[in-house]
Amino acid sequence: MEKTVNHKAWFLVLPVLVLVAFSAVIPLMTVVNYAFQDTFGNNVFFWNGLGWFEDLLASDRMWNALGRQLAFSGIILAIEIPLGVFVALNMPKRGVWASVVLVLMSLPLLIPWNVVGTIWQIFGRVDIGLLGYTLNSMGISYNYTQNPVHAWATVVVMDVWHWTSLVALLAYAGLQSIPDAYYQAARIDQASRWKVFRYIELPKMMGVLMIAILLRFMDSFMIYTEPFVVTGGGPGNATTFLSIDLVKMALGQFDLGPAAAFSLMYFLVILLISWVFYTVMTNLDKRG
Amino acid sequence: MQSRTRLNGSTVVITLYLLFLMLPIYWLINMSLKTNSEITGTFSLWPQTLTLRNYVVILTDPSWYMGYVNSLIYVVLNTVISVAVALPAAYAFSRYHFMGDKHLFFWLLTNRMAPPAVFALPFFQLYSSVGLFDTHIAVALAHCLFNVPLAVWILEGFMRGVPKEIDETAYIDGYSFPRFFVRIFMPLISSGIGVAAFFCFMFSWVELLLSRTLTSVAAKPIAATMTRTQGASGVDWGVLAAAGVLTIVPGALVIYFVRNYIAKGFALGRV
Amino acid sequence: MAKITLENLAHSYSPAPKGPEDYALKELNHDWQDGAAYALLGSSGCGKSTLLNIISGLLIPSQGRILFDGVDVTRAPTAERNIAQVFQFPVVYDTMTVRDNLAFPLRNRGRPEAYVAERVAEIAAMIGMEHMLDRKARGLTADAKQKISLGRGMVRKDVNALLFDEPLTVIDPHMKWELRTQLKKLHHDFGHTMIYVTHDQTEALTFADKVVVMYDGRVVQIGTPEELFDRPEHTFVGYFIGSPGMNLLPAKIDGAQALVPGGTTPLAGTYGAVQGNVQIGVRPEHVRLSAHEGLPVTIRRIEDVGRHRIIRADLMGHDLNIIAPEDMGVGADMTRAVFDPSRINVYADDWRVAAA
Repeated sequence: MEKTVNHKAWFLVLPVLVLVAFSAVIPLMTVVNYAFQDTFGNNVFFWNGLGWFEDLLASDRMWNALGRQLAFSGIILAIEIPLGVFVALNMPKRGVWASVVLVLMSLPLLIPWNVVGTIWQIFGRVDIGLLGYTLNSMGISYNYTQNPVHAWATVVVMDVWHWTSLVALLAYAGLQSIPDAYYQAARIDQASRWKVFRYIELPKMMGVLMIAILLRFMDSFMIYTEPFVVTGGGPGNATTFLSIDLVKMALGQFDLGPAAAFSLMYFLVILLISWVFYTVMTNLDKRG
Repeated sequence: MQSRTRLNGSTVVITLYLLFLMLPIYWLINMSLKTNSEITGTFSLWPQTLTLRNYVVILTDPSWYMGYVNSLIYVVLNTVISVAVALPAAYAFSRYHFMGDKHLFFWLLTNRMAPPAVFALPFFQLYSSVGLFDTHIAVALAHCLFNVPLAVWILEGFMRGVPKEIDETAYIDGYSFPRFFVRIFMPLISSGIGVAAFFCFMFSWVELLLSRTLTSVAAKPIAATMTRTQGASGVDWGVLAAAGVLTIVPGALVIYFVRNYIAKGFALGRV
Repeated sequence: MAKITLENLAHSYSPAPKGPEDYALKELNHDWQDGAAYALLGSSGCGKSTLLNIISGLLIPSQGRILFDGVDVTRAPTAERNIAQVFQFPVVYDTMTVRDNLAFPLRNRGRPEAYVAERVAEIAAMIGMEHMLDRKARGLTADAKQKISLGRGMVRKDVNALLFDEPLTVIDPHMKWELRTQLKKLHHDFGHTMIYVTHDQTEALTFADKVVVMYDGRVVQIGTPEELFDRPEHTFVGYFIGSPGMNLLPAKIDGAQALVPGGTTPLAGTYGAVQGNVQIGVRPEHVRLSAHEGLPVTIRRIEDVGRHRIIRADLMGHDLNIIAPEDMGVGADMTRAVFDPSRINVYADDWRVAAA
């Protein structure tokens, strides 16, 4: 659409600016403030320069958390995106059954995140949970509170349970926008099911899939509540992701300086990776 | 013939997927209807002695049910604020070029990418210093951090789909901007407003980290109240499960009302 | 290429049709001759797309059979019918190049690559896209995309029929003319059976050997453009074809003359007793203004369309259109209209009645 130049439009954006400034800029300035200063207590601060950043970069703690975080985000993207697309392809197109499926699928998306954690914490327990009890009675010694691999599996399956529907719903919306004529033409051209997917459905879904990948990446990178409720970051540090580590540092140990420096780097990493995703995918999109 | 086999395959896939989604929820409901001795003592697929005690505990104790009220208050507040400020901004982004518009838009979106964990402590200090700690409005404002950018983004997508000629015709017919916006433009994008409100509701309702950090008693959300079940005598599993089931109800209601718009809504007006 | 036979074909979208009004397509028997070009003409909602979808196998009719060269294909899926179809809106595979788009139907049928390359080159030349074979289809104009769709339909030599569903709707007027001419030439060169659905009479009349006119789920006439013009079998054909359409006047037939409002007009033949709702139809081209003979008219308006003039007149409260040559003066004394007797058609309950 042709847009006209109108600098007065700033006035329309002003409320958003004021609000976001209050809820983002001021807190962020506090973070920056802490990141470059140190204190002996009693609110007396002195300039610490890049000291906190150097300490953090030299210690293993943040690198380990970052490594776990990247692995987690990578795994859940690799599962949720293909699975979501597959589910979307099999969803009914219309009718009462379609509404029922849509409602049931959306349900996990609107459950508070700590309740999601609670549900899986209970579900996976060996004494009272259906999953843990069944696995153990089948002879698999499953225990997510002691075995790091089991803890990881539980957290990953929980995220898949929680979020695959979002990907599926986005992909489904993309599929719904394909006119029937495309499928008819494909039948006339004798295209195989795979070719229909590859040349008709996938290109039409690319736009919404990009949104899905970005949203899932950002949200999985910030994940805190669900794994915290289920595993508390353990066993050991096995499921201590970036946010869990950060909250431990800031609110648990009250190490404000390192926590603030951590925050800034955390934020920058997310921005950087999101930007790379975005650029790569828009280029892919252009080249077709 | 061919289509019938595929239909069956699809039904199997969807049924399996729904089963996967529903089992953990079923287990929670199952547990919420059992007594604690049954939960810990025996393993049963459905309640042997059906009891509503767990629900009675929650619905008769203000310190429990006020958690729901608190949550709903700040969620609704947040949804109203987010959509209200996002509307004019989205209109500006969809209709005009102005100084720094592209940078501003991207900067707004970066706030959606900000980890709540990063902001938890600064928010706590900020709201404590202005005396808003433990109020509903504090949580509502904090959630604006990620909901306002999202609402702007969704609404901008829907507004782009409305032809500009409509604005021009309205101005020629003598409408002032506010009157045009409220009387003509907002009805046109009502589905977009609905979708934006739905997403704001959703993300505000499910968030815990910020809402827990910013409240202590008066505005404590239900999600935080649930941690109370870990008492000295161990966990009150039945009440915990019942509280969990009750947190699913508002979301389920909202979904039920918007069920016919879900598919389109999730495309955010961008398909 | 094949002869397509429709036997007692009818279709209703409702599972339990109660009466004829529930049928989108009313019972129909017809042979589409091998190698002929047909146009399926009618206003929207008349059932022409339903008929086309039944032929292409996208719809299974609620009754009757379709035969391709005598073989029953009523329930055969689209892919087995070996037909090609071009849709109203261009359907191209956006992420493929133009070349791959054209090759797609052949490759899916496992033709050797050398043959594919040869056919693609031929088709590209035919639709004038040789120079952009390696471009992605995404980002091309609607004309170009629709040309690709046409090319994809034409790339297989052995198709039983080529079906077009209003293919020129999205094309610019000057390109329409060019594409239609190309289609006509293709038909001439290769002799495919072609069925062309349209609501545009010019398209139908210039493209087809035979035009099938549909009205309210029924085929009302099949004929050459001349037949449709001179002897419309149904008042709808008279009204729908021609610009403006045929004049229809209530009449009483008395042997070789018709009693119409304002007087009588002679007919070319003698008719027996004509029952029902009787009308006569005469095309504006065959009505002439006169000063002293014929029926009394009042002229309401004169439209000059360049080649000729259209006179909108009133005959005792009935509309009457007259086409007059550009150079004819219309004076104030021209208060009467004369019908050419050999060009008058008589209708009873909308269907044409032949002279005895």
